Amino acid sequence: MNARRRALDVAVIAALVTMPFWMAEIGGYTELASRILVMGLAAMSLNFFLGYTGVLSFGHAAYFGLGGYGAAMAIKYLGLGTLPAIALGAVVATIAAAVIGALIVRRRGVYFAMVTIAFGQVFYFIAFRWSAVTGGDDGLSGWRRLPIDFGFATLKIEQNDKAFYYFVLAVFAVCVAAMARLIASPLGRSFVAIRENERRARFLGLDIERRIWLSFVISCFFVSIAGGLYALLNNFIDPRALRFDLSGNLVIMAVMGGMRSFWGPLFGAAIFVALQDFLSSRTENWMFLIGLVFVLVVRFFPRGLLGMLTRGAAA
Amino acid sequence: MTYETPAPVIDRRTFVKSALAVGAATVASPYVVTARAADVIKIGFANPLTGPYAAYGKNETVGCQLAIEEINAKGGILGRQAQLLIEDSTSGDAGTAVQKSRKLIERDHVDFLLGNVNSALALAMAGVSSEKGILHIVPGGHTDAITGSSCHWNVFRVCNTTQMEAAAVAATLVKAYGKKYYYITPDYAFGHTLEAGMIKAIKKLGGERVGGDLTPLGTVDFSSYLIKAQAANPDVIIFLVQGDDALNALKQAVQFGLEKKVHLAGAQVELEVIEGLPPEARIGTWVAEWYWNQPGVPHVQEFIDAIKKKTGRMPTARHWFGYVAGWTCALGAEKAKSLKAIDVAKALQNFELPPEIALGPNKAVYRANQNQLMATLYVGQAQAKGSAPDDLFKVLQTFNGADIADSVEESGCKMSWPT
Amino acid sequence: MTQLILFNVFNGLIVGAFYALMALGLSLILNLSGVINFAHGGFLALGAYFAYALIPYVGFWGALVVSPILTGLVGLVVERVLIRPLYGGDPLYGLLLTFGLAYMIQDGIKYVWGSQSLPFKAPVWLMTSLSSDYFFLTGYRVFMIVIVTAAVAALFGVLGFTRLGMRIRAGTRDLETVSTLGVNTRLLRSLNFGLGVYIAGLAGVLAAGQLGLAPTMGDNLIMPSFVAIIVGGLGSLVGTLLGGLLIGVASGLTAVYWPPATEAVIYAMMGLVLLVRPRGLLGEEGRLH
Repeated sequence: MNARRRALDVAVIAALVTMPFWMAEIGGYTELASRILVMGLAAMSLNFFLGYTGVLSFGHAAYFGLGGYGAAMAIKYLGLGTLPAIALGAVVATIAAAVIGALIVRRRGVYFAMVTIAFGQVFYFIAFRWSAVTGGDDGLSGWRRLPIDFGFATLKIEQNDKAFYYFVLAVFAVCVAAMARLIASPLGRSFVAIRENERRARFLGLDIERRIWLSFVISCFFVSIAGGLYALLNNFIDPRALRFDLSGNLVIMAVMGGMRSFWGPLFGAAIFVALQDFLSSRTENWMFLIGLVFVLVVRFFPRGLLGMLTRGAAA
Repeated sequence: MTYETPAPVIDRRTFVKSALAVGAATVASPYVVTARAADVIKIGFANPLTGPYAAYGKNETVGCQLAIEEINAKGGILGRQAQLLIEDSTSGDAGTAVQKSRKLIERDHVDFLLGNVNSALALAMAGVSSEKGILHIVPGGHTDAITGSSCHWNVFRVCNTTQMEAAAVAATLVKAYGKKYYYITPDYAFGHTLEAGMIKAIKKLGGERVGGDLTPLGTVDFSSYLIKAQAANPDVIIFLVQGDDALNALKQAVQFGLEKKVHLAGAQVELEVIEGLPPEARIGTWVAEWYWNQPGVPHVQEFIDAIKKKTGRMPTARHWFGYVAGWTCALGAEKAKSLKAIDVAKALQNFELPPEIALGPNKAVYRANQNQLMATLYVGQAQAKGSAPDDLFKVLQTFNGADIADSVEESGCKMSWPT
Repeated sequence: MTQLILFNVFNGLIVGAFYALMALGLSLILNLSGVINFAHGGFLALGAYFAYALIPYVGFWGALVVSPILTGLVGLVVERVLIRPLYGGDPLYGLLLTFGLAYMIQDGIKYVWGSQSLPFKAPVWLMTSLSSDYFFLTGYRVFMIVIVTAAVAALFGVLGFTRLGMRIRAGTRDLETVSTLGVNTRLLRSLNFGLGVYIAGLAGVLAAGQLGLAPTMGDNLIMPSFVAIIVGGLGSLVGTLLGGLLIGVASGLTAVYWPPATEAVIYAMMGLVLLVRPRGLLGEEGRLH
């Protein structure tokens, strides 16, 4: 099983490193590949909370969007470079997650989900209404991603799609490696314990609320980095990035790929992004088909793609 | 908490087999772009086909499709057939609009990019088209910045600026109805610039703003705003809200009987909105950017017949925007004898559209160094019943856009051309 | 100024009553079945469009009666086929399924009726205002209050005095025991879901007179319903009713002083309730898990 996991890891890494080259052959384009990575990171971050800790959040888009707005505003108003901008977005979103997480951590199940949705909408409205700062419904434009100057070389991510893709891949790799480390650590194991049997975990002396809060904050931290990358991908950020539709899409990506598996959400994101891209070019009624996908996944493939294929493997 | 994952209905083997089958079918399907016909000129149109702006977006693409058919029937562009690739940008998701634009440009290698109804998405797409140096025509996105502070050499716009719309309707209103105005303005950039334009135009004629409200997009209940409006005792309440917001606001205003006390008016109106109103709410003074009922103007009937044949309904301004955008690509390329964006853009400076495309009493010209089409504006009143079942707008006066538009300097456009 | 405030409070109650109706349907389904019905806005739109389609045949009053029933029937089918298999499972799946269902309903409506807004012909005599001073008191709004009040009264009547209602209330507290007492809980949940969707359909018919008839019409109404339930308290229908009215009045008042904040205020209320009294105004202790 370990060998199987290693093989999967290697396969995924190989596929991602070479994606811009084989993407075009199957009718894709580099930007789509970057988009899959960004959404994949977001879905994997969500899954840190949803799949590994077992708590349903339907409001992660808020922190995704905050990361995006933070990065965009940093570039537009403060003239920061790419990496500091993403970092600023992450800081803002993580602080918000810490505060809100503390407020809601006592709830569970359906109620927790509702509350995450409602709080997510608060940020949506702030972005929408504070148009002087956020651009309102029109979004924040008039800025672009800047080339990254490493001192010894400059990465022209603003013109070259492939350069940007590899930049995104690098950030993705760092985040994913960090997440994997965390999951394997004692802290991560305690999250799984909470998921499996919260009561028993409590009896073992684990401070459940604090750990759930921590898991939430960590998950939102990574999601906000994905949000920053998203803003850079589009050279644009708008309130849609904060809406609960996006939250729902992230959840379906995690479920579709397999909540109990590490790479699952990445696969889910790849399928979902590519499917949406494909369907919306073919027919105006793609929303119906996407909705149908949601319904079919829930009814027939609740364990997701990787969940099905790695049945019996421990989480 | 643990829950039982619901037992899947299909077992793993069946799933894997069917997944592989689906995967193979997907890869083998037309999604895999095989040999691209090298002699087809592609025009990409990314417009909303879902969401609140779907009706407008769809109508624009239909108008454009008609243009492409006519172009091909006449021999195509520079001797090659043209093909329209339509993508759904969604009504508000800039990420998708940008994604589709890049897809059209990078994967499909379009020579022209068209879009978007949503001003913000139009700006986002303009960012992509300028980056890639592709000729971009905005058929129906109204924010002034597109041919103003954010203008680019490669971006052209068919529909009017908010400033032009305001200037057109202001004169009629002040002359006929009075000097005190209350504004119901949608709270986004388009609304703000439209209100600013109206206030300026009306002030020039001696009118004043006695109050107003910024309403959030998607407001369902306008009663509070209407109550306040009535309390301010204006001569005219100006509704700048669009689409579904306009429907809600007008429906509710008429239910309150406000039109009996105060005159209702606004700037931009769409036939699609008037059609959605119950007959008793089809009132008010507005400005339309194109209207089908133009007796005496040649070629309009042919356009009406062609659209009616395609869709079964009368053309709206949106159909016309898309039609003009499609033809502009062809005519620009023909004049430049080239498909290169820079050549076409130069050819379109001060370009006058032929009468069978302009379809109005005045000339239609793309003003140089701003890339803004100057055509006709139609000030009139919504009506429940006209000469035909679809005749819901009575034109009172037409204006030539060129006469009432701000100068290029005033618009804030500083166009820089690549060397 | 006081007149302005009074008008807006009054108006807020009317709007709030409508929110309350929406939220009650959602609450009913949530309490008994534990399913957050994201498709509630879609069912509202469906009710409105069914009414539009029926008016030429049975008139407005006929449509008012028949359309919610039709919508409720669709709800019953949906429950039987899609939702029932999810009971007892992770609430995640219910959320995702209704989320996808919402997309399907909206796009389905667009497919059948088109994206162009359609003119809804309610009786003209309803569409006028009743008094010159209280001009915002239109016949239609009075009619809406009457219907909402009747519907809410009927709902509480059913819940309080019929056997079905008693079973629903008991099931909300402890479904397992109710089942062991010999009640067909599957049928109960189906009927409950159908009832909740019926209410959404009714709200849709009412909405069609006030709002434009477009496939997206339910989108902006689902969030206030959520907030009404959170503010009023999970598990309490009276709380939901109260929550709806409160947010209606709060919005109305805010529109007088600070229009940009009219929606933000309902989220602020939600935040306040969560901080000060997390179970909601009339919520029951222990319903949070």
